[in-house]
Amino acid sequence: MSILVIAEHDNKSLKGATLNTVAAAAKIGGEVHLLVAGSGCGDAAAQAAKVAGVGKVLQADAPHYDAQLAENIAALIVANAGGYSHILAPASTGGKNVMPRVAALLDVAQISDIISVESADTFVRPIYAGNALATVKSADAVKVITVRTTGFDPVAAEGGNAAIESLAAGPDLALSKLLGRELTKSERPELGAAGIIVSGGRGLGSSENYHKLLEPLADKLGAALGASRAAVDAGYVPNDYQVGQTGKIVAPQVYFAIGISGAIQHLAGMKDSKIIVAINKDPEAPIFQVADYGLVGDLFQLVPELTSAM
Amino acid sequence: MGSQARLEKHKESKNSHRSIALKILVPVKRVVDYNVKVRVKADGSGVDLANVKMSMNPFDEIAVEEAVRLKEAGVATEVVAVSCGVAQCQETLRTAMAIGADRGILVETDAELQPLAVAKLLKALCDKEQPTVVICGKQAIDDDANQTGQMLAALMGWPQATFASKVALADGKATVTREIDGGLETLEMNLPAVVTTDLRLNEPRYATLPNIMKAKKKPLETVKPADLSIDVAPRLATIKVSEPAKRSAGVIVADVAQLVEKLKNEAKVI
Repeated sequence: MSILVIAEHDNKSLKGATLNTVAAAAKIGGEVHLLVAGSGCGDAAAQAAKVAGVGKVLQADAPHYDAQLAENIAALIVANAGGYSHILAPASTGGKNVMPRVAALLDVAQISDIISVESADTFVRPIYAGNALATVKSADAVKVITVRTTGFDPVAAEGGNAAIESLAAGPDLALSKLLGRELTKSERPELGAAGIIVSGGRGLGSSENYHKLLEPLADKLGAALGASRAAVDAGYVPNDYQVGQTGKIVAPQVYFAIGISGAIQHLAGMKDSKIIVAINKDPEAPIFQVADYGLVGDLFQLVPELTSAM
Repeated sequence: MGSQARLEKHKESKNSHRSIALKILVPVKRVVDYNVKVRVKADGSGVDLANVKMSMNPFDEIAVEEAVRLKEAGVATEVVAVSCGVAQCQETLRTAMAIGADRGILVETDAELQPLAVAKLLKALCDKEQPTVVICGKQAIDDDANQTGQMLAALMGWPQATFASKVALADGKATVTREIDGGLETLEMNLPAVVTTDLRLNEPRYATLPNIMKAKKKPLETVKPADLSIDVAPRLATIKVSEPAKRSAGVIVADVAQLVEKLKNEAKVI
């Protein structure tokens, strides 16, 4: 039994989510191969070869894999799916985009967002915004899976010494093309991988307040910035800051929920954090039901105070 | 050019504009309402859906709204809403028609439908209806699968643009801005294509009473999966459904100094 893991990378380096996905593959058991598809992705493939527990790296290098377009990447995975019992990718926007396409082309179900491996064909995944956990068993010959990274501790990035095998590129289907990307430029850690997250909600009142109050605190803590859906809807910050059922799922060491009431859709995205700190003026806010430490009061006064105390 | 000739030319261009049919198909799912906190059944067989308020999946509402706006802008000529599931999905279709969809198709079945089966049903309808664009919600808030749109695109051999925050259709191409980890990207793709909606695409309107009344008179066709020759048997068996571990409330601290002290010495996280 061999397992194919789709690496997430930017051609130069491997994204951390790949390590959690390899960990899930290791739990299933069997030889793990990492597919690195990109353009000029030799550096990423070299890093992939060092990941602990990886048996082989498959590198598909072609200009039409640069943009990670779902049509081309899915076709490549399907063309190389033979012999694999499982195909895994992180449940990032990249994996969520490509993997259902792979599953449909293979005529199998996809098992989305697994948080636990029970056996080679049985997995646990959250449903209803994490208010229930479903244990599902797949009857398909190939299991196509996306992995919720917070469910699995990453394997070591170093220590492996896998061979890198070059894969023949498939044709450019030319169904779509990338016109451009606008990535949020930030010196801060990535939301999905941060040890500390400072997250803000509607209680901040404006985009200006969000940045004025939360950025100094995040800077002091070396934290990533996050937000509730309400704050995104109100236009305080871009959507890629969103933590919750339909945004990012995070589990940092400390999660600061500032001016966030704690709707179930938000809790779904952060309730596995080790320590939750809530600052809110409403003592009845549901966020206090899950917070390890709650501070009731005016965030406009408390947050600057906290920033200077750090 | 004389005024008569200009008028003729104007009519002609208007007609030629009209003659380009651009149909949008919008799949809509009936799910537990966004505000309901579901309870897991004591026997672990699923969640309790008895007497629970059901609504249209919020991301599908955004999809209907986008399709209707494209029609109102003169880009699309027809909006067809589709729902797969029990007879009560008719209500979901009526909601879509109250927002502005022209007609509805119900693929009626009491069977459990998983994303691959729904994608196959939608493919059969796409083969028949020949839409130029299918706009789906990115994910349903019940099974949180986030699969159907991508699967449909794969089965049709069409391009896809998931997690859309902006959609423009012109000259046989779709230009779609997508929400991705770390920011946004813009793709251009051939039509027909599948688009799935993210939450910032638009803010769906409230259906007005006159439009709700009008929706009751719009055509609604019902078909069965067998009529479309689709096998909808589930591929995944749900062994059990359980409640996640509950997080218990901690302590309310008196002030910032106590909070910092606890984080440093008790939790030892900073």
